[in-house]
Amino acid sequence: MKVKVLFFASCRELAGTKEIAVTLEGAENSTEALRKKLVELLPALEPVAWGITLAVNHEYTDPGQNVQLKDGDEVALIPPISGG
Amino acid sequence: MCKLRCLTCAALAACCGAFISSPPTTGKAAAAAAPATGAPKQVAFERAAQCIPWPRRRQLSLTTAAGDGSEDLPHLTQDEVRRYSRHLILPDVGVEGQRRLKASSVLAIGAGGLGSPALLYLAAAGVGRVGIVDDDVVDESNLQRQVIHGTSTLGVSKVESARTRILDINPHVQVELYPEQLTSDNALDIIKGYDVVLDGSDNFPTKYLVNDACVLQGVPNVYGAILGFEGQVSVFSYKGGPNYRDLLPVPPNPGDVPSCAEGGVLGILPGVIGCIQATEVIKILLGKGDVLSGRLLIYDALKMTFKESALLPRSEPIAGLVDYQGFCGFAPKSSAAAAAAAAAASAAAHAQPPPRFERVSAQAAAERLASGWSPFVLDVRLPQEAKIASLPFADMVVPHREVARVAAALPRDRDILVHCKVGGRSSKACETLAALGFERLYNLEGGIIAWANEIDRSLAVY
Repeated sequence: MKVKVLFFASCRELAGTKEIAVTLEGAENSTEALRKKLVELLPALEPVAWGITLAVNHEYTDPGQNVQLKDGDEVALIPPISGG
Repeated sequence: MCKLRCLTCAALAACCGAFISSPPTTGKAAAAAAPATGAPKQVAFERAAQCIPWPRRRQLSLTTAAGDGSEDLPHLTQDEVRRYSRHLILPDVGVEGQRRLKASSVLAIGAGGLGSPALLYLAAAGVGRVGIVDDDVVDESNLQRQVIHGTSTLGVSKVESARTRILDINPHVQVELYPEQLTSDNALDIIKGYDVVLDGSDNFPTKYLVNDACVLQGVPNVYGAILGFEGQVSVFSYKGGPNYRDLLPVPPNPGDVPSCAEGGVLGILPGVIGCIQATEVIKILLGKGDVLSGRLLIYDALKMTFKESALLPRSEPIAGLVDYQGFCGFAPKSSAAAAAAAAAASAAAHAQPPPRFERVSAQAAAERLASGWSPFVLDVRLPQEAKIASLPFADMVVPHREVARVAAALPRDRDILVHCKVGGRSSKACETLAALGFERLYNLEGGIIAWANEIDRSLAVY
């Protein structure tokens, strides 16, 4: 299955792109599997990929929650920002 | 004399009456009609009011009350009626809404990028009482985006500078100044007197402090944050809805997220985000529309998109204020008890080993360099910063997040002097390199700015 991953703010700089399509195979269909896959595909994401809160289909997930993904889902990595 | 005035008045009143009784127009027609008829209508209102005997004027005033408790709201003076006329003809504001705004109060945390546009518009809109918390003074580097300040107020405290501009825009606004840092000791007292808080702070500890204090006091918190070309807005602590801790349960490690001073910010960005915050403040005060609670709005100026993510309340209840510097992993600033509590919280949130590198001041580094010290000089700022100002003897420029990637190219048998702009990112870079086994690391305290101020005044300070 394929999911769309969107990168915001510093994640976009680290990833070097605004969005990518990620293919997850077989039982690897959770947000944890996606984090692992993202670090494989884009090693520069290593410092942020494990801790960042994910928004799946426009809804924030609980930190530490391993959400099951399905084909066509949109996952956003929205890093915290604090400027004012 | 009086007769003449009344005749003029009658003629103008007839004109005004014709305008009011004409069928409502929509779209472009209404917009085109407004400028032409607006001015005589205002004059008519004032002169007509002067000509109406007192008992009738009183009746006129009563007809503006909606009979739903708004009788307790302050009345509008004739000056205010003229000033707010575009609001008064707006159905969702009207006379009652404008009186509501006049009776309302807003506290802006920070008179910086977000606070500037928000304060300008909230004051212009007629919010009755505006409080401003900021302990900073106006600096040249602020003027690219902090539009409430100006060249004429450089060096002036931001709260004073903001008040001057606000009172020029709208002398009807009561402005209250807090030229101090918001802390765990004063936050509850300052916030409790206001209807809504607008968070325009520029750091994580203050954002958590504002959040917790607003939740504890039951005050809605209109949150905004910006960096680069992106901004976030949400309304927290609104009618039991989610708060900042639902968005960000654990603060990021210090230095992981650049500030605007480090990462840069498009000057217009806080204009957009601050105005959205001000819009939400007005809606909350008026009790109109769908408030941005339970949703995070993310604005991307480069893509010109607004995206939303739903946010649910899930965090633990907030028991009281803590030391937020410590909570966010910075050195605690306040009392010993709070410091101890924060240190424990910080240890849980950021289990970090003590730094394994030396710190050296600009003065000490200059003296050592003059007496033959020859370290490898690593600049961990962004390439665009190095173009503004660089140490002439720097050996390599690589952003602090990427130092691990170039570790193989760095000498292990030589001292390495690491610097950034003010010392924060270079400290992170030293930690990263120390973890990779580098032992001869020196962090230049105060960064290139300290060097420019203390050693080499020919360098640009940015």
